Amino acid sequence: MPTSQPRHERIVQRFHSIVPTVDFCSLRLVRTQSQYLSVRQNILQPVSTSDDEGAMVTVIDNGGLGYAATSDLSETGLRHAAEQARSWARRSAGRSVVDFSSVAFPRPSGAYASPVQLTWDSLPLADKIDLLRATSEQLKTDERIVDWEASLWHTDSETLFVTADGGQVQQNFSYLVPMMSATANAGTETQTRTFAGRGYCRQGGMELLDQCAFRDAAPQIAAEALELLLAPNCPTGTMDVLLAPDQMILQIHESIGHPLELDRILGDERNYAGTSFVTPDMFGTYRYGSELLNITFDPTRPEEFASYAFDDDGQPARREYLIREGVLVRGLGSTTSQARLGLPGVANARATSWNRPPIDRMANLNLEPGQSRFTDMIAAIERGVYMQTNVSWSIDDSRNKFQFGCEWGRLIENGQLTTVVKNPNYRGVSATFWRSLKMVGASETLEVLGSPYCGKGEPNQVIRVGHASPPCIFVNVEVFGGE
Amino acid sequence: MQEYFCRLADRLTSLLQGKEIYTCTFDAEESDFVRFNHSAVRQAGTVTQRSLSVNLIDGQRHTYGGISLSGDWEEDCAHLAALVTNLRGQLPYLPEDPHLLYATEVRSSEHTGENRLPEDTGAVVASILEAGRGRDLVGIYAAGGIHDGFANSFGQRNWFSSYSYNFDWSFYHQGDKAVKCAYAGLVWNPIEFAHKVATAAKQLAVLAQPARTIAPGRYRVYLAPAALADIVGLLSWGGFGLKDHRTKQTVLLKMTEEGARLHPSITIQENIADGVGTNFQEAGFIKPDRVTLIADGAFRDCLVSPRSAKEYDVPTNGASGGEMPDALDVASGMLPESEVLRQLDTGIYINNVWYLNYSDRTACRITGMTRFATLWVENGVIQAPLNVMRFDETLYRMLGENLAGLTAERELILDSSTYGGRSTASSRLPGAVVNDFTFTL
Repeated sequence: MPTSQPRHERIVQRFHSIVPTVDFCSLRLVRTQSQYLSVRQNILQPVSTSDDEGAMVTVIDNGGLGYAATSDLSETGLRHAAEQARSWARRSAGRSVVDFSSVAFPRPSGAYASPVQLTWDSLPLADKIDLLRATSEQLKTDERIVDWEASLWHTDSETLFVTADGGQVQQNFSYLVPMMSATANAGTETQTRTFAGRGYCRQGGMELLDQCAFRDAAPQIAAEALELLLAPNCPTGTMDVLLAPDQMILQIHESIGHPLELDRILGDERNYAGTSFVTPDMFGTYRYGSELLNITFDPTRPEEFASYAFDDDGQPARREYLIREGVLVRGLGSTTSQARLGLPGVANARATSWNRPPIDRMANLNLEPGQSRFTDMIAAIERGVYMQTNVSWSIDDSRNKFQFGCEWGRLIENGQLTTVVKNPNYRGVSATFWRSLKMVGASETLEVLGSPYCGKGEPNQVIRVGHASPPCIFVNVEVFGGE
Repeated sequence: MQEYFCRLADRLTSLLQGKEIYTCTFDAEESDFVRFNHSAVRQAGTVTQRSLSVNLIDGQRHTYGGISLSGDWEEDCAHLAALVTNLRGQLPYLPEDPHLLYATEVRSSEHTGENRLPEDTGAVVASILEAGRGRDLVGIYAAGGIHDGFANSFGQRNWFSSYSYNFDWSFYHQGDKAVKCAYAGLVWNPIEFAHKVATAAKQLAVLAQPARTIAPGRYRVYLAPAALADIVGLLSWGGFGLKDHRTKQTVLLKMTEEGARLHPSITIQENIADGVGTNFQEAGFIKPDRVTLIADGAFRDCLVSPRSAKEYDVPTNGASGGEMPDALDVASGMLPESEVLRQLDTGIYINNVWYLNYSDRTACRITGMTRFATLWVENGVIQAPLNVMRFDETLYRMLGENLAGLTAERELILDSSTYGGRSTASSRLPGAVVNDFTFTL
């Protein structure tokens, strides 16, 4: 997306001309342009593009906070939005969870852009369709493959954040989500294998396709779908599990990311997304996992899906340890949550788009690599299951009792990978599971992944998150298969 | 708003060239959102949004484009013209689509709801805060107009607008112990709201008892309508669409391939006639009043989008592209609601479940958690709140061999979700008593 500098300057001028006399006022402009291309069963599905733009005006006055979102970016439209926001600020003054006038919001200045080597438009539409068609054809390797699909989802997003007192931040993001899947069927058995779910989502350009070997992946995905058709069910019992990075990201997301969000701990999410087993007194002392567990909030890794220089409150973002050598040290909370709780947090006030207010989101949440080589990890397991690619996720509202399932499993017996098994599932309790972390893969095993779909908030918001992780071993886990 | 949309549609018609045709959909809302926590306001604001999605068609070639609209006529027309030019530019590079199908019979319709919402949202907020006084209230009040339109170059015009509120809230005792409530409708009635608050406050008292923890195992349970809605609602995810059935990905594969059946009392419909949303879809087809999905425990019909209809050479029944129900309807049973506790005898009264997912899709085995006022019952009397438990159970056992009865009364549940925009989906369900319901953790 070309930078809209003159247009931005006009909107900034309009904003400054309509700012009401209040304690604080900001404008957050978001323009998002997307294209989705998909070839299913070798047939191009309807091409879909979208161009969405609007702005949110936020007002703080006399302790109350109000917002108004509009796609009318004229002076009249912004003035009307500011009036609505001020009206809400007045109505909520003295009735809010915190005196918002007491929260020190930043006056930011800066810019950010995703690192893009080959832009989306550098490859003509016809060539992108040809790539997907070729990938689709590679997925249909057998009559038992009954459905197959390859897709690319590209998004450019441009944000402008301006405060009435002179702050200004512009950030340009380029996202790419490559995906493919193959579904195999025989009778009442159906198995699907995918390209790490949608895990290979990153910031950047078309060069990402080579980084994640998109062009070469189809034959193996089809072969593994067929392999699963004939595979026995995952055994039941207590054993070790070796989780691949594309399952680790889900484990991190659900049982570390969400419980550490300070707005959950504050209770904001209880009516919908839930609360947390983590309480404020745990920070600094609570043993979350074994000494091998190191978790960082890292918006600085350039290719990761949720990298940025400033959050949606304009707070500068930097890498922080949340869990260090197994001990909980910091939560995932933005400026407002930090002020409400009196605890340190991170720059993670984020909104899905212009039409939703920022809330605490996990952005990039990574499990730092350890020392183990992959072959040594296999060799260390006497009886266990190696699981790849999340397919089922469920966890209680306190983010404690979880049950997750994977697409593909393989037994590990006496230090060797053996039989492929289908429907591998495992369950446990967050508060004890991470303490059973026994081995963490070294840096060469780490994969940078993420998800386009993290749901939270009232009103609802689905946001992008990034996760990087090596494979990990957990001991004495409750494992089971299908019916 | 309707007039604006029709003007845009007419402008779109004027932009066509040669044999081009179009279909388009319009979505708009003006919504107030007030979020509460600890009986105070967390975030309050207004969202005004409008968008138009166009499918430009030339023969069997076509492509979709969506834009947000500002409400300024000149600006929106310029944006629309640019969109059409962009879409037209793509068409030569696209192959013919063998699965393209759109309505050609003009069937216009209009549903214009009356705005009877309170003029002063501040007064509603004040009454909510008053209800939370001395208690721990958390939730979201969403209210305003929702507008949907369809148009095509054949002259079809469909319009739906409604003005509604949905206050989705909980009273918390402590920790994860809470009573979940909903008050949704078209006219805010303070007396009705006060009654709901009083009822919730009464239920809250039960949660003050020491919580009980049960061991994993099998228990008799009562799934209140909201809990059953989540379980049956999960079937919307891959259960009823023709594409899922023809590609053997449906979670009901055992019903279609092996003739597996649910309990004879289970009848499930997509009941658009009694729903609260639109009866038209994005390709211009009008949805039938009802589609019977499961009848007397046996699988009956799929939801068939136009695209699937063309692909599999069957008639469409007006399903949207996702082939998911918008107005799920589960038939009632014979058990009076007043008899539920007696029928349950000793077991678990589950008001809400949470975070459902398939743990074995082929077996339609579903896992999830109990949540919000799940209660331990002995000899027909509520004894104590229950600490959360994980269940993992197949649909065929839950609503098949182990189903002990459905309530005679049903509850209409209006979807409170607001992803992208406020939902107009709904469901109407009874409660269900189920034997040997498996808890695992």
